[in-house]
Amino acid sequence: MKTVAKLAIAVAIGSIGMAGAAKAQTKVLDTVKQRGALSCGVNVGLAGFSQPDDKGNWTGLDVDYCKAIAAAIFGDAGKVKYVPTTAKERFTALQSGEIDVLVRNTTWTMSRDSQLGLTFAGVNYYDGQGFMVKKSLNVKSAKELNGATVCVQTGTTTELNLADYFKSNNMTYKPVVFEKLDETVQAYLAGRCDVYTTDQSGLYSIRVQQPNPADHVVLPEIISKEPLGPSVRQGDSQWFTLVKWVHFALLDAEELGITQANVDQMASSTNPEIKRFVGKEGDFGKNIGLDNDWAVKIIKAVGNYGESFERNVGSGSRLNIARGLNRLWDKGGIQYAPPIR
Amino acid sequence: MAVIAGERDAVREAARANFFYRPEVRQAIYQVVTVVALVALFYFLITNTAENLRRQNIASGFDFIDRTAGFDISQSLIAYDNGMTYGRAFLVGLLNTVVVAAFGILLATIVGFIVGIARLSSNWLVARLATVYVETIRNVPVLLQLFFWYFAVLKSLPGPRQSHALIGGAYLNVRGLYLPAPVPGPQFDVVALAFLVGLVLSIAVYFFARQRQRATGHRLPVFWLSLALIVLMPLGVFIVMGQPLSFDYPELKGFNFVGGMVLQPEFIALLLGLSIYTASFIAEIVRSGIQGVSKGQKEAALALGLSNGQMLRLVVIPQAMRIIIPPLTSQYLNLTKNSSLGVAIAYPDLVSVWSGTVLNQTGQAVEVILITMCVYLTLSLLTSGFMNWFNKHMALVER
Repeated sequence: MKTVAKLAIAVAIGSIGMAGAAKAQTKVLDTVKQRGALSCGVNVGLAGFSQPDDKGNWTGLDVDYCKAIAAAIFGDAGKVKYVPTTAKERFTALQSGEIDVLVRNTTWTMSRDSQLGLTFAGVNYYDGQGFMVKKSLNVKSAKELNGATVCVQTGTTTELNLADYFKSNNMTYKPVVFEKLDETVQAYLAGRCDVYTTDQSGLYSIRVQQPNPADHVVLPEIISKEPLGPSVRQGDSQWFTLVKWVHFALLDAEELGITQANVDQMASSTNPEIKRFVGKEGDFGKNIGLDNDWAVKIIKAVGNYGESFERNVGSGSRLNIARGLNRLWDKGGIQYAPPIR
Repeated sequence: MAVIAGERDAVREAARANFFYRPEVRQAIYQVVTVVALVALFYFLITNTAENLRRQNIASGFDFIDRTAGFDISQSLIAYDNGMTYGRAFLVGLLNTVVVAAFGILLATIVGFIVGIARLSSNWLVARLATVYVETIRNVPVLLQLFFWYFAVLKSLPGPRQSHALIGGAYLNVRGLYLPAPVPGPQFDVVALAFLVGLVLSIAVYFFARQRQRATGHRLPVFWLSLALIVLMPLGVFIVMGQPLSFDYPELKGFNFVGGMVLQPEFIALLLGLSIYTASFIAEIVRSGIQGVSKGQKEAALALGLSNGQMLRLVVIPQAMRIIIPPLTSQYLNLTKNSSLGVAIAYPDLVSVWSGTVLNQTGQAVEVILITMCVYLTLSLLTSGFMNWFNKHMALVER
């Protein structure tokens, strides 16, 4: 009886302890500050968005967002722990708490907003899905792809859009579905499929990495809307607001003409909008749990949105993608940020 | 004496009076406590998980199975298109897993037995070749082998417009092996029936021949009779009925071949990779089984005048099966579970379709993984259950 009693007491204490731990819910910002680094989910390797170089340094548009958030919190863009995730495990990593924010060229859709327990904090790249074929096939338009074999990655909106597009155009196709990006591209290059499909930015990124980019043609049709943006777990509004406003700060800086080079001089500007941006007026930083010069730290670390774009995917990079829809609202695009006031 | 007996009785009386000292009562109490603790643990785990999912606003429940899938699957044994439900996609994935596991087990057993026996051959070259095969294949991770079969073999095949044309109207290219599909005519059922009848008759012939051999010692040519019954008889019926079978030949139209049936390179690569990998383990198990039979049996068989092949077939292997079957079961289960690596080479097995695409589209990781685990558990239990029955059947009856 004595051993049974001891065992029963141990089990009871254990379960109470577990129940207690489950109830506590800490704020993400406190966890990040305590850890001393931001845990950021990124792509395993997509040129222009998040890619490690041979020394292990990460660069890309999404990586710049991770750096911006870390700079806003710690003042140091290096305090980031990059967690590479595949399309399959990215949401589970965020749901389980392994990463604090997912900036991984992820499309904002209703089902992802409502069913996965996460919420999207803005759109850092307006994209659309396209097709890439080998030039030797002599295909000029996606409407000529009836009966083609298409390589695609599993668990993406790409897979679903592909099915919809071919169905609505009364064409048939054969899918070849892989888990990892590398394998998908390898199969396309080996000729297993005629067409490779993903977001257009991804197509350009893959194409530029080939030994002979001129052998591949990106077809002109864009068959879907793919607003790519960072996402966080539901339930912590302070963290959600923080991540959202990091994105808006990048856009506002470009609107106000603040760049990485001139942000220090801008600190002494008399323009009231710029004064609010750099934190000389108002307590905007404090309200989201940061210092008042949070926006200055961001721009010092990665520059404004336009600089980050051109450096990673635009004219300053091998991809050379035009700004297009991603221009600011007053320059013909749809990137629009609410004012900091 | 009477005093001691009396004391003993008194002690026993006292013990009986205390309920909890009775062994049967104690056993009952421990078992009840354990069951209650287990039930409480499972209840706690399930409600805790559900509560956490609800608090994080993650969808839960099993209604997602009836939702439209919206994606296509490249290989499906049953009819499937992207307008069908997730439940249907689950069945497609499950059938793909079962098909590759079944053929893989068959192929691996055949190759494994051949290599295992070859390793014990007295021919030096054959034995060394078998050893090299076993040692290399066993020591390379199976995922790398699958990549080798898929990418190395794929890269060497031509595109559809430059396919290798094979005899019989078949084509081999990077998209797969295209074979003419048989299209049965209206009277083909009679031929199929003749085939089944032949099959049943040949089994009857086998038992009859065995009985006759035990009674009189005469041996009927069972193999040739079975061949005649299974092949020649249906063939005769086929010709008599006017050859009710036409073929649908694959033709190159646009991007790919249309018509006929196709063996996809994913399926072939997975099948070959898994079979060859598992065969190397089975070869070692077979070798250990054969070497486990005492040498006296082999020498007695040879002394009786049996040839080497007959000795193996009639004396050594039946006894070796006792040693071979339990580890063989493990290898079959390994092969079934390794088929989940098909996701790396685009084979749409259960893990790829269900725990890959469906999990990602619905976000309900807990339910999907739970179902996947139950499926693999069921497959494994069925396989090992059958093998255990087979093992008992093969057990030597000691006299």
